[in-house]
Formats: sequence, structure tokens, C-alpha cells
Amino acid sequence: MTTAEKYVTAAYCAVFALLLLYVVIIALKLTRLEREVDELVERTEAGPAEEARERTLVG
Amino acid sequence: MVAALALALVTVALVLVFFVAPNDANQGFSQRIFYFHVSIAFTAYACFIGGAWKALVHLWKRDPLADLESYVAVHQGLIFGSLVLITGSIWAKISWGHWWLWSEDQLVLFLVLFLFYAAYFMLRFSVDPGPQRANLSAVYALFGVVLIPVSFLAIRIAKGFIHPVVFTRHGPNFGGWILVAYCVSQVAMFVLAYALYRLELAGKRLDERLRGLREVLA
Repeated sequence: MTTAEKYVTAAYCAVFALLLLYVVIIALKLTRLEREVDELVERTEAGPAEEARERTLVG
Repeated sequence: MVAALALALVTVALVLVFFVAPNDANQGFSQRIFYFHVSIAFTAYACFIGGAWKALVHLWKRDPLADLESYVAVHQGLIFGSLVLITGSIWAKISWGHWWLWSEDQLVLFLVLFLFYAAYFMLRFSVDPGPQRANLSAVYALFGVVLIPVSFLAIRIAKGFIHPVVFTRHGPNFGGWILVAYCVSQVAMFVLAYALYRLELAGKRLDERLRGLREVLA
């Protein structure tokens, strides 16, 4: 491999490494958001059930 | 769909760059950096222009979504801008023997443009979220667009080591497979940037909606 070939390969590798890093960061963020959505869904589903239980205990 | 198209185009571009396009008569193999370097540079400019346009839309219509779109476009521009600096430095090392030359106007002007937009984020995150932050960010993004023609023209008026000029008044300085490889690379970069823009924007919008939902539930 000549010096020019090494540098050109390094340039293309740098481009794809940085883009891959960016995609991984975005993917991690989307995973976090998905987890938060699940938590909110659980909270909203658990809310009415707890209210009904409290009403039964009071009654 | 857009992401798949971007992936396919980048693959085709790489095949054309490394297996089809011939070696340049003057620069030899090192000229192959140019296909992505120039494409990425134009994509970075397009992102900054898109960011400025969305900023203008925000100032005009007071649309919060336009502010978010402007922010994401500027962010994309900065990512592609950093790639321009990296690939440009590698090319400069092969051709000029230096990673960076402070005496070269075109390099320094692109760095100024890059740092200007890097400061956009410092400004944005130093102000609390709300209309004031959106307005300040929009005005800043609009000012930055003035630097783009300066950076673009600097390559044409450079006299020192002479940055290669790809497009002249008479059209591109090359033809055949080199032109085809460049055009495919350029389209691939535009589509890739658009795919990443959509992905990041979707994440930001979801984040904002979740924040609003959490406030309602609290």
C-alpha cells in the first residue's frame, strides 16, 4: 500500500467512523426515549387501577 | 426508505470512486479524497443554508417547529463541516505536506465558518428554552449564512498553495467517470444528510412531546 493509498483509506474511514458514531448516539437517544414512553404508558395504566383500589378500600 | 436509499447511493458511490473512476493525471490516487471531500463540503453549505431558511421561517411565522428544524439543520452542517476539515487536512498532508496552513485563506475561512456555527450551540444552550432562545438562535443562524459565499469564493481567489478548483464558469474541470463518480457521491451525501436530518428531527420532536406529556402527568 502506498502512502497516498493509506491516507485516502484513512480519510474514508474517518468519514464513516464519525457518521457511525453519530448514528449510534442518535440510536441510544431513541432507545432512551422509547424507555421513557414505556414508563409513561405504565404510569397512565397504573393510575386508574390504583384509584379503583383506593375507592374500594375507602368504601 | 430515505435511509435505505442513502445507504445504497453511498455504496454505489464507493464502488465508482475506488473501482471505476480512473486515477487523476496530476494528483494520482490521492485525488480520490475529492469525491467525498467536495460532496461533504457542499452538503455542509446546504445544511447551513437550510438552517438559515428555517430560521427565517421561524422569525416570520413564529413557528416552534421551524426553530427545531433550523437547529437540527445547523447541527447536521456542523457534523458535515467537521468531516470537511478532517478529509481536507488529510488531503493537504498528501498534496502539500502539511496538515494545516494558517496562511491559506480558504482553510482558515472554512474554519471560521465552522467555529461560527459551533458557537451557535454555545449561544443556544446558554439561554433557557422558550421564545427568546428560539429568536436569538434564528438571528444567529441567519447571520452565519453570509460566511458561506465568502468561504466558497476564497477557494477561487486563493493564490498560495492553490486549492484545486473543481467548478469554473465553464463547467466542471473533469468529465467521464470522474464526473459520474462525483455526481453520485454528491447525491449520496445530500440524501444521507437528509436521512440523518429526519432521524434527528424525529428524535427531537419525540423528546419535546414527551417532556410536555410528563409535565401534564406530574
